[in-house]
Amino acid sequence: MQTELRSSLAGNQCSDHLLHRLHDLQSRFQHIPAQEIPPLATELQLPISQVEAVIDFYSFFHRSPRGRIDLLFSNCTSCGDLSLMQQLCTSLDVSPGITRADGAVSIDETSCIGMCDQGASLLVNGRIMTRLNPQRLQQIAGLVNAGTPLDAWPAEWFAVPDHVRHPGLLLNDALQPGAGLRAAIQRGAENLLAEINQSGLRGRGGAGFNTSLKWQLCRDAPATTRYVVCNADEGEPGTFKDRVLLNTYAQQVFEGMTLCAYAIGAKHGYLYLRGEYRYLLPTLEATLAEQRAANLLGENILQQPGFNFDISIVVGAGAYICGEESALLESLEQKRGVPRVRPPFPVTHGYLGQPTVVDNVETLVAATHIAVQGGQWFKAQGTEKSAGSKVLSVSGDCATPGIYEFPFGTSLQQVLDACGGQDAQAVQVGGPSGTLVGQAEFGRKLAFEDLATGGSIMVYGAQRDLLAVVRNFSHFFAHESCGFCTPCRVGTPLLRKYVDKIASGHGTPYDQEEMARLAKVMKRRSHCGLGQTAANPLLDLLERFPHVCTDRLLHQDYEPFFNLDAALATTRTLTHRDDAEAHLS
Amino acid sequence: MTNNTLFIDGQEIPFEAGQTIMDAALAAGIYIPHLCHKPGLSPHGSCKLCTVDVDGRSASACTLPASNGMQVDNNTPALNEVRKTLTQMLFVEGNHLCPTCSKSGDCTLQALGYHFGMLDGHFPPFYPRREVDASHPSVMLDRDRCILCELCVRASREVDGKNVFAISGRGAQSHLIVNTVSGKLGDSDLQTGDMAAHICPVGAILIKDHGYEVPIGMRTFDLHSVAESDVASPVTLKKTEHHDA
Amino acid sequence: MPKIRIATTSLAGCFGCHMSLLDIDERLVGLLEHVEFNRSPLTDIKHCGPCDIGLVEGGLCNAENVHVLREFRQQCKILIAVGACAINGGVPAMRNHYSVQECLEEAYLNGVGVDNPMIPDDPELPLLLSKVHPLHEVVRVDYYLPGCPPSGDAFFNILSDLLAGREPSLPKAMLHYD
Ligand SMILES: Cc1cc2nc3c(=O)[nH]c(=O)nc-3n(C[C@H](O)[C@H](O)[C@H](O)COP(=O)(O)O)c2cc1C
Ligand code: SF4
Ligand code: SF4
Ligand code: SF4
Ligand code: FES
Repeated sequence: MQTELRSSLAGNQCSDHLLHRLHDLQSRFQHIPAQEIPPLATELQLPISQVEAVIDFYSFFHRSPRGRIDLLFSNCTSCGDLSLMQQLCTSLDVSPGITRADGAVSIDETSCIGMCDQGASLLVNGRIMTRLNPQRLQQIAGLVNAGTPLDAWPAEWFAVPDHVRHPGLLLNDALQPGAGLRAAIQRGAENLLAEINQSGLRGRGGAGFNTSLKWQLCRDAPATTRYVVCNADEGEPGTFKDRVLLNTYAQQVFEGMTLCAYAIGAKHGYLYLRGEYRYLLPTLEATLAEQRAANLLGENILQQPGFNFDISIVVGAGAYICGEESALLESLEQKRGVPRVRPPFPVTHGYLGQPTVVDNVETLVAATHIAVQGGQWFKAQGTEKSAGSKVLSVSGDCATPGIYEFPFGTSLQQVLDACGGQDAQAVQVGGPSGTLVGQAEFGRKLAFEDLATGGSIMVYGAQRDLLAVVRNFSHFFAHESCGFCTPCRVGTPLLRKYVDKIASGHGTPYDQEEMARLAKVMKRRSHCGLGQTAANPLLDLLERFPHVCTDRLLHQDYEPFFNLDAALATTRTLTHRDDAEAHLS
Repeated sequence: MTNNTLFIDGQEIPFEAGQTIMDAALAAGIYIPHLCHKPGLSPHGSCKLCTVDVDGRSASACTLPASNGMQVDNNTPALNEVRKTLTQMLFVEGNHLCPTCSKSGDCTLQALGYHFGMLDGHFPPFYPRREVDASHPSVMLDRDRCILCELCVRASREVDGKNVFAISGRGAQSHLIVNTVSGKLGDSDLQTGDMAAHICPVGAILIKDHGYEVPIGMRTFDLHSVAESDVASPVTLKKTEHHDA
Repeated sequence: MPKIRIATTSLAGCFGCHMSLLDIDERLVGLLEHVEFNRSPLTDIKHCGPCDIGLVEGGLCNAENVHVLREFRQQCKILIAVGACAINGGVPAMRNHYSVQECLEEAYLNGVGVDNPMIPDDPELPLLLSKVHPLHEVVRVDYYLPGCPPSGDAFFNILSDLLAGREPSLPKAMLHYD
């Protein structure tokens, strides 16, 4: 089954990938019609249960029709504004999540779509729309009601500018396509690995694993087939630097993958693109075509006999967990994105059980530059343990959100000064799974050994309600938990309940204690990084901003988890009663 | 230190290459609580009841390969408290009304509750609404009690050579599905003799018509603690769960 | 020495726990030297006065259950959730599988053998909650005595502990949920 898949996936289009076929059905019918499932399963030679399971795992597949115009508002604290969603719901007379009776429109929310520097944003039929404001929503309502097809909507509404505010080591270093590969071929694979080793490059996706060691382990793993996978799932709220790298530096990303293939001996690579970034697909495919034409991909690359490598793009469908590398591999294998048991690690047992390097977009870009400029060049910036620079996605309450590339070791305060975030009371470093720090810690350095970050810097000004921020994050994690392990599957919705209770003014000191106890179990005992970090924002808030929570607490022994009077509402209606006994305070 | 040994709560035990901590412990007669694990099936690592601390770091005993000199904390008050919390989480996530369940007394989840001295679910219950499937002539599927351990999924694939079950959905909406066009168990090729029909550690998959043959009070965990039963003879559990030969 | 005052009640329960309490049998006589019963089905006292211990059987299925539970919490120094229903809803909570509307419509409108179909609306009747809830969702509970019902021995055990001023505990062998 999986081998068959492999041959059909080897083509660049990957059109037979289950996720792509389901996407086609979803776009054609606005949902996945039940009668389409058995023939699809038969055609792809997959069990029906696998197709069913995948449909229900990914947020962008639906069992009942969405509107012909399907609007998904980001609910991120940086690129989301749900009051705008409410406004549009009112003017179009729809309830969130429920398709309007005429089938014309549906409106819902979705996890961060990576537009954090673009103002409030949404996805409409999978396309990105940025810089939303009340006036724009009025125009949208008009177009929806007039039945204007999406293609006829003003093109400038869909523009996503790069906003590179502060280029550094990588973004200032213009490269000729193929320069990295030519240098590598001249040196040979061993020396390429040595160069990367010397650079001190560590993974940019968050975990910071030594990149040359990862490549070396994969190269040394006994197998005949190896894979390179570029992790372009970028789902961490507040992160959008990979989107910019893919938009403008895709050539360097693909070249980085090809360099890795050269080093480890892979014939095929995949770029796993988050579904929210589908709009980048034409550009990416065009870049691949150019690289093939320039013999930077394909057979006998740069006339090296036997150096064959090509890249396919697989597009996700709304699941943050697929950024976790082993969940990503499961998703590539057309399954639910559930993190695998590790060990074994992907470097020995990855895609289809073969040794696989999974690297972040930025890591691969850095590898391309290192191949050209050498390890010393890279290592000259940064700190001893964190070599080079970091491309940061800065968003939130600051004057100029966008992309900032700084050497590792730069202090948070320097970043805040650069982006006009002087008013900050707190910064979420590394996204919801990272660290929430207050002013006292703005002097800390961005580096693996101090404040580690995959690149997300979310600035919260003095006016922000930090409990609302943490509440937003707890909803995010509960929505994105894959459901595999007990601590996270049950813990994230419980945490959400506790935070909701406290935020709505019904929490007690006892609830806060219980919440903190639960948070520690999740952090320590969860299966993967999602569950292990889901409670971080809350624990950070309790530690660094204790009054934010305690100020909201009721000073009483106990308070129910649900509204007792509301629990009588149905029977009040059914019995037409409204007397005093029909209510509970 | 001799070769190929590890320490569980200070006790030195041998292991063979390829064994997990759980394998080594069970072979040495040491009980590490477990729920989604059954010797002979591939380890899963999802319930986290087998959580141990290995050289100070949290790990799942059922999936972590044993290695020489490991110091494993297992039967400590702190770990058992964590496991009790996890058991409570599983209780509130589903609808576990033991007095209404014919698995009561033979249920491993319940037995773990006893083992950890769990008195209540502690957390606010979820009250999920899940589908019951009575379409199969001899096997009942009550998803209210499913703890998503995937033992039935694995037993069907690895032992029965079928593929009757799968987990679908995400997060708290995860649920067990049946690999048929209708999604009904009655349309599947599951047979009463299949391991998948018997392996469920809770009362989610039950053999019809045999529920109360052994009276309450005389069942597996009324007579033995889960620690005794699961260490002494992990398979006998399966045998005594249902009484349909 | 003043007697320890105990109140008991059955909310959404079946009185099985109360029957089991009586299963303490002849030990009850000894117990009664040290305790007296306030509000309880055993005494027919309608409202709970200040008590040392409140034993509550059954979960919460209607508004009246909530009032009674709150009275117990207010009046009793120690509140004990007794039996499976008090602890997680038990048998009555099987109705949570359906909406309360479905339940009432089945019972009073559409069910087999219903004549004069009508959902009762007499103000004397307590309104049903949308779901059956365990006690600890509405008030703080001090101790739990599981079992369906807990055995007479289990009752005797917890009461003896409390009378002796000990932190109550249950031998593992007495712990069961069925
Ligand atoms: C929940 C979760 C989400 C993740 N999301 C991403 C992601 O979107 N992009 C990424 O590169 N790495 C992500 N990672 C990290 C990957 O698992 C992996 O470490 C990384 O892709 C390795 O590449 P690197 O060594 O180049 O950083 C995520 C990890 C977890 C636990
Ligand atoms: S921690 Fe959460 S996301 Fe990770 S495996 Fe467990 S349930 Fe899935
Ligand atoms: S499955 Fe086990 S824990 Fe759940 S109700 Fe049945 S006996 Fe109780
Ligand atoms: S039905 Fe039983 S065996 Fe199957 S996943 Fe659910 S709890 Fe596990
Ligand atoms: S027994 Fe190890 S995780 Fe379930």
